[in-house]
Amino acid sequence: MRYTFFLYSDETAFADASQEDIAQTLKVYGTYIRALKDAGVFVDTDWLQASMTATTLSLKDGAKKIQDGPFADSKEQLGGSFVIDVPDLDAALAWAEKCPAAQYGTIEVRASAMPEGGNPYAG
Amino acid sequence: MDRRSGEVRAKADHVARASYGRLIAILVSNGADIASAEDSLADAFARALETWPRDGIPTNLEGWLVTVARNRRKDAAKSAAARTASGSLDDKDFILAQKAAQTDMQEPDHFPDRRLNLIFACAHPAIDAQVHTPLMLQTVLGFQASEIASAYLMPGPVLTQRLVRAKRKIKQAGVAFSLPEPDDLKPRLAAVLEAIYGAYSLDWQDNENSDPTQDISAEALYLSTLVCELLPEEPEALGLAALIAFSFARRDARIDQQGVYVPLEAHDVSRWNRLLIRRGQIMLAKAATFKAPARFQLEAAIQSAHCDRLQLGKVDWQVIAQLYADLMAIAPTTGAAVGYAAALGRSASPQAGLAALAAIEGDQIKGFQPYWATRAYLLRQAGDFPHARPAYEKALSLTTHIPSRKWLENELAQILHGKI
Repeated sequence: MRYTFFLYSDETAFADASQEDIAQTLKVYGTYIRALKDAGVFVDTDWLQASMTATTLSLKDGAKKIQDGPFADSKEQLGGSFVIDVPDLDAALAWAEKCPAAQYGTIEVRASAMPEGGNPYAG
Repeated sequence: MDRRSGEVRAKADHVARASYGRLIAILVSNGADIASAEDSLADAFARALETWPRDGIPTNLEGWLVTVARNRRKDAAKSAAARTASGSLDDKDFILAQKAAQTDMQEPDHFPDRRLNLIFACAHPAIDAQVHTPLMLQTVLGFQASEIASAYLMPGPVLTQRLVRAKRKIKQAGVAFSLPEPDDLKPRLAAVLEAIYGAYSLDWQDNENSDPTQDISAEALYLSTLVCELLPEEPEALGLAALIAFSFARRDARIDQQGVYVPLEAHDVSRWNRLLIRRGQIMLAKAATFKAPARFQLEAAIQSAHCDRLQLGKVDWQVIAQLYADLMAIAPTTGAAVGYAAALGRSASPQAGLAALAAIEGDQIKGFQPYWATRAYLLRQAGDFPHARPAYEKALSLTTHIPSRKWLENELAQILHGKI
């Protein structure tokens, strides 16, 4: 089953990150990604720009509303994600525990609700 | 770089590795806080690289460095504003340092060893327990924050922030750089040993070629031995040092040429470090004379029993089962309960081991990899392939360590072909 890890952390920790810091962070995540790949469970990952660069859009009130800034202000911000494919939640949690973000943030683990084989109407 | 400065740099690097903690501890015992001790020592090293190629390497390196660092700190305190950013020392100070190093500090052991004070401060109860290990690695052993962060698979800035906060706390809360009172020694020592054990167990990245944890576990072995030297009457310190020595001695046998994990009882013993095993045995025997068995001594005794395969030619599982039973009595953990079941499954029968596994209660077993790996093995030994297979699959799904995955995949393939 596919599981998505939403990685939340206090992004101010990276506010003054140097080039070396960024290289070291990429390396640390690279090690984790390589392990996911070697285990054959890796699907996808992304690393996001800071939440203050977010733009939100909605049509739900009848008119298009575009706003500068993140959807929700919180102490820890969504900074990235992983998608993995493992048999069950126990296995997903075993991998989440090894994710670098677990050491300094919070990982929300959610199972996919998509029907087997993807959305049947998407072609 | 010419030969002279290359030689100086090599020498300075060596002193930095071998004496870093001693030098920081001396500066701290003279009233500096950790951060300023580190800064002034870094300055002293920079100064050494400038002047040693020109004036020669002083006979007493540590004395020279401490004197320069102390003066540097005094100056910084006296007239922070008067110094430029590059801030090299006045030649006057420098000549004093040179003299001090050459005259009254001839003896290499001139300074009392204050590292133990520093170690206790790093693992002080007022400091967040998760920072104890990294703080020790940085201040006592001189590791860079980024090296430690990489070993923890953690971004550097996150760890740096924690280290800075911990040092500030030590300074502002007035954590004393003194040894604990006798009444307080046991609990304080427990935190120190736990932090050293934490450094040793950073081993997730075994499959990496350039493994920063390799370095750190070697240093954990060094730290644990150092604590024994400084506190020779503490059986648990000896127990931990022995435990780390036994595990470290078998490091090269844990993963084979194909990158597949090798279970302990299948190790090629010719790849074990016999000298280190002997050292572990001596420390464990000394610990036993205090007649106060506790967690680290029992864990070390279990590892020692595995190492006895060198003499016995086989593993005495009955002894190991008994040691796990003792360990469960004083430090009950799921890990110990699974270890007991695994040993019983080998010394008595697979059924007895499975019964012991079934007796482990609670939800924690659902995601506990060793439980499933042991269950799979024992079911297979009992000839129950239909149940062994899903147990192996469950164990494999919970395994994040790549060499162990390869091993479990091989095991699974074998039972699919009906092999015991």
